[in-house]
Amino acid sequence: MTQASVLKNLDEVRAMIKRHKLNDYIFAIVGLIALMIGLLTLLTLFIDLVMDGFERFSLEFLTNYPSRRAVNAGLLSAWVGSLLVMVVTFLSAVPMGVAAGIYLEEYAPKNWFSDLIEINVTNLAGVPSIVYGLLALGLFVYILDLGQSILTAGLTLGLLILPVVIVATREAIRGIPVAIREAAYAVGATKWQVVSQHVIHYSFGGILTGVIIGMARALGETAPVITIGALTFIAFLPPSPVTTEPPFLNFEWLSSGFTVLPIQMFNWLSRPDHAFHVNAAATGALIIVVTLLMNGTAIWLRYRIRKNIKW
Amino acid sequence: MPLKSLKSQPLLLTALLASTFLIGACSKSEGSKEVVRIDGSSTVFPITEAISEEFQNAKNIRVTVGISGTGGGFKKFCRGEVHITEASRPILTKEMEACKTAGIEYIELPIAYDALTVAVNPKNDFIQSMTVEELKTMWGPEAQAKIKTWKQVNPAWPDTELKLYGAGTDSGTFDYFTEAIVGKAKSSRGDFTASEDDNVLVNGVAGDKGALGYFGYAYYEENKDKLKAVPIVAKAGAPAVAPSDATVMDGTYQPLSRPLFIYVNATAAKDTPEVKAFIDYYLENATEIIKEVKFIPLPENEQKAVAAHWQEQKVGTGFGGTPEVGVKIEELLKRIK
Repeated sequence: MTQASVLKNLDEVRAMIKRHKLNDYIFAIVGLIALMIGLLTLLTLFIDLVMDGFERFSLEFLTNYPSRRAVNAGLLSAWVGSLLVMVVTFLSAVPMGVAAGIYLEEYAPKNWFSDLIEINVTNLAGVPSIVYGLLALGLFVYILDLGQSILTAGLTLGLLILPVVIVATREAIRGIPVAIREAAYAVGATKWQVVSQHVIHYSFGGILTGVIIGMARALGETAPVITIGALTFIAFLPPSPVTTEPPFLNFEWLSSGFTVLPIQMFNWLSRPDHAFHVNAAATGALIIVVTLLMNGTAIWLRYRIRKNIKW
Repeated sequence: MPLKSLKSQPLLLTALLASTFLIGACSKSEGSKEVVRIDGSSTVFPITEAISEEFQNAKNIRVTVGISGTGGGFKKFCRGEVHITEASRPILTKEMEACKTAGIEYIELPIAYDALTVAVNPKNDFIQSMTVEELKTMWGPEAQAKIKTWKQVNPAWPDTELKLYGAGTDSGTFDYFTEAIVGKAKSSRGDFTASEDDNVLVNGVAGDKGALGYFGYAYYEENKDKLKAVPIVAKAGAPAVAPSDATVMDGTYQPLSRPLFIYVNATAAKDTPEVKAFIDYYLENATEIIKEVKFIPLPENEQKAVAAHWQEQKVGTGFGGTPEVGVKIEELLKRIK
């Protein structure tokens, strides 16, 4: 090969590299734009809500009951309702979801039947929430006669986020190196010991993330809660879960009527009086902040727990 | 394994639960007093909400109000799930049957008026008034996919596209409007923008020069700067009447002024003192509150008739299972024996 042809070849290679670098650059720009569309939409929405609802941001907004006067109307019954429903959702979905996830990953035999279950669980995560509402209306409200209560709402939303928790648990467990399990078995651990002392511990961060993201989703759900008959005006709180007399616990609150944040927001938004639209905007901003905080906590916890894990 | 970080997790959960309990602890236990349960029409909701708020403060009896719509409210009412249901139209035949099968009797109480307001865009300069006949041409089922411009309704109007906005088909508003205009409840063209949320309709009409929509008077009242109310000519030769408190109360705004109702479970009215106290309070204080939430109170003579009707606890409906248009409340109550 002559020197000239090598040089010519080199030029071609350089041109090619240049072209590929350009492609790289273009993709980075496209990716950035895609990211920005999502982010900016959320940001615009959020800023808009904050600007509209700004004048209602005060402690009274959280400590007042709903009222016909927009200025005095507050979120007390709605956020307490949301919180209590979330407690039931948490207590029902998390143990069940985590247990199901662990079973599917660690215990279930790998055959067509568990494949079928896997497909169905993933599929369930995509079922529209109104379907869960209708299911709950038939099952919890009418057949099991649990009434239009906090318990019903909590269980409904629990069902709704169950697939999310199961999938997150399985993903988290899959991230654990096989060597950890093998090492545990090698020193004579039983399956349950391996699962309880190693698998759950190491996957804790991932499971927690899934749980919190699921809870954040449940917090914003409106359709299934309306379907099972949540109230709109309720100006008292459910009975207290703790009492001064033994056994100090009271489960009456489970059967109490309730309303939740998104329903209160929706109701205010459909009012003729514009002053109520301000309340709705403030509520929307609050829901976004709480959801962001929950997701932020999930990321922070995952980071902290991952940092401490040293295989 | 970072046992330390994990041990702090139950703490977090405990803190969460403890805060829940604390919040719950703030609420006073109300003993065994019955909670007055109300559901029904979203149109009547602002009135009931306002009265419930005052009643709860005054009498220390708890009230809950849901919004299931007039139809949904009757379903719950006839299953005995609620004491009171609100309705923006009278009870229909099939709902009467459902209540009868379940052995539930009811007391029908008209509590306020609403004027269904037909509105156009303020830029619309050719509409000064409309006749019921013209509205019927526009909204009747025959108009579906045929009537597309204003000119087709009335040759004097320009050839601009007609965009219609109306109430969702599950609402009492839809039932009443179709009965009053088309002559048969639920009979309407289907190709219009329907929404249960009247603000959607308001914004639709406000943003489109060729639009026409109908909704509750309160929504017009709050958006006067964005809308133009159309005066209605009830029949040929009659004067065009615009919706207002005065024209509704003197009965000249026809046929679109409609009474709003509450239906009280007759057994509860007799045996549950909380429900009785609530209705007593409702009827006593309605006028002030109804004005405040931008509805139209009953004239004094009608209020008296309703109060007397409640005292006598007469059960049943004055309607024959259809939303009759233009009937006087006093006459209506006399029909119930």
